[in-house]
Amino acid sequence: MKLTKLMTSAAVAFGLATSALADDPTKVGFVYVGPVGDGGWTYEHDQGRKAVVEEFGDKVETVYVENVAEGPDAERVITQMALQGADLIFTTSFGYMDPTINVAAKFPNVRFEHATGYKQAENVATYSARFYEGRAVQGTIAGNMTKSNIVGYIGSYPIPEVIRGINSAYIHAKKVNPDVEFKIVWAFTWFDPAKEADAAKVLIEQGADVILQHTDSTAPQAAAQAAGNVITFGQASDMAEYGPLPRVSSIIDDWAPYYIARTQAVMDGTWTSGNTWDGIGAGMVGIGEISDAVPADVKEAALAMKAALADGSYHAFTGPINKQDGSAWLADGEVADDGTLAGMNFFVEGIEGDIPQ
Amino acid sequence: MDLSAINPVLLIASLMVAATPLLFAAIGELVVEKSGVLNLGVEGMMIIGAVAGFATAVESGSPLLGFVAAAGAGAALSILFAILTQYAQANQVASGLSLTLFGLGLSALMGQSYVGIKPPQMQKLDIPLLSDLPVIGPILFGHDLMLYVALMLIAAVWAVIKFTRIGLVLRAVGENHDAAHALGYKVVRIRIIAILFGGACAGLGGAYISLIRVPQWTEGMTAGIGWIALALVVFASWKPWRVLLGAYLFGGVTVVQLNLQAAGVAIPVEYLAMSPYLITILVLVILSADKSSAPAALGRNFHAAR
Repeated sequence: MKLTKLMTSAAVAFGLATSALADDPTKVGFVYVGPVGDGGWTYEHDQGRKAVVEEFGDKVETVYVENVAEGPDAERVITQMALQGADLIFTTSFGYMDPTINVAAKFPNVRFEHATGYKQAENVATYSARFYEGRAVQGTIAGNMTKSNIVGYIGSYPIPEVIRGINSAYIHAKKVNPDVEFKIVWAFTWFDPAKEADAAKVLIEQGADVILQHTDSTAPQAAAQAAGNVITFGQASDMAEYGPLPRVSSIIDDWAPYYIARTQAVMDGTWTSGNTWDGIGAGMVGIGEISDAVPADVKEAALAMKAALADGSYHAFTGPINKQDGSAWLADGEVADDGTLAGMNFFVEGIEGDIPQ
Repeated sequence: MDLSAINPVLLIASLMVAATPLLFAAIGELVVEKSGVLNLGVEGMMIIGAVAGFATAVESGSPLLGFVAAAGAGAALSILFAILTQYAQANQVASGLSLTLFGLGLSALMGQSYVGIKPPQMQKLDIPLLSDLPVIGPILFGHDLMLYVALMLIAAVWAVIKFTRIGLVLRAVGENHDAAHALGYKVVRIRIIAILFGGACAGLGGAYISLIRVPQWTEGMTAGIGWIALALVVFASWKPWRVLLGAYLFGGVTVVQLNLQAAGVAIPVEYLAMSPYLITILVLVILSADKSSAPAALGRNFHAAR
């Protein structure tokens, strides 16, 4: 009895899924790792979703699920979305990579877009932003502004994207301040304000007067504000409510143009799998207003760095750069290739500590 | 690796902050259990306190008012538990568990419009001369008001249970409710008061997280502290000062492991992350070897006609 009921409802869902392609509005699903109000990563993805709604109005229907844990639970949520007739599903966290690939294999007619991953399929495209370009600008400001020469870095998970950010920030801080030292704490979460606050406090207690974060909440900003004399940067979103101090600038993700373009492609039937990786130049990575707490010459240097990254005259990973163990990575003037960057699993020379395995 | 980067004074000062939510929740639950009631809803009452305190502080601009509201909200939720177990004679374990689930859900609903908002800051006590003392200043005199309230609460509960008539009655109800009833004590009434006290304390603990320790509101932000408080009460053998010891131990190891990480100690992060739980339980298990036992009527419902 129960089983038959289940099967009929599944059949109905499948029916909806196919008919959706015919005349109903295009249904676009979003899977979020945090709450839409996190003020950071997920907030910006949801801004992108809202931009899609605004662009297409009645022709599009969006659904989203917040706070989806990375792992098996994600697979359940994505499957549910596909069953409910979504035509295009954006899975917006690194840990959704395998779940997305698994579900995509079961729904060949649904298009999937996975953020920050590296596995693609016929109906799975990947997209990401070159956050490390923003980190280069951050590193320039951080290296100039630190008085204790200790920069604290809150890492989330030891994945290439985060390691890239640490390396980029370190290289550019070192460039303007040879004495700079990075202290890294791994939080093993994307979003846990209590943990992030603790990590920030510990780093400040150990002498850091600049806190960089690769986690999504504003808790480190609050901890820095309470401590005083510490500067921070908004992560993923502007976090302007903590300016002009401690937040002196930010990296802003702008997903709206990409989401609109991909939704349009599904409507037109021109969608194809692929890998999009845009940076400051294409507008996917924005640098938030640099506040007046930053001296004018430092601000100028940061903006010059931003301009050089944007027009392509400078690459954030330009040799000579050695790996942490002292072996050569990039020769003088050599530029890192995207393949190495995408799978980056080593620190550059000068950073202390090991990457957790 | 550079251990000299760890400043022991700041370390102790921040472990006290990290331990305070646990302290509030555990001392409240200790009183509840002393009266013979097992309330597993600590986590739920904490998170309700966290959101109520946060919302009130944001709307009124006063963190202190937030704490008052948090205590009220925690106590209000515990009334539900009191009605279920004391009047409807429902199973205490099941009622407590459902209280936690209910609290987590309700708080997420209540807090929806408060995600990502910045609460008003609680001023630290700044006593002119004392706060400036080296070493002792930051450890003993550089905190916010609520941290001292928690410590005073521990002392007060200890004194009341050990030295006063009220404490004796509370223990009598918890050890043998039939005898206490025969002596003319209102078992149900006394237990309800204990439950309310426990709810208010848990609410304060939750608000301490959302208003001072983090300070921010997010869904599920108590992250299991309520469960640790429950375990702490058992391992501390229902003794207030051991609750304090256990809470500081837990808070201490939590803070130390982050410090070790930042100082670049080569221990895998996963081991460091589990260390607070392991060490706290280990120490308290060793301490509880003195055979002090639970209140005899713990978890048993009382009905005068039976």
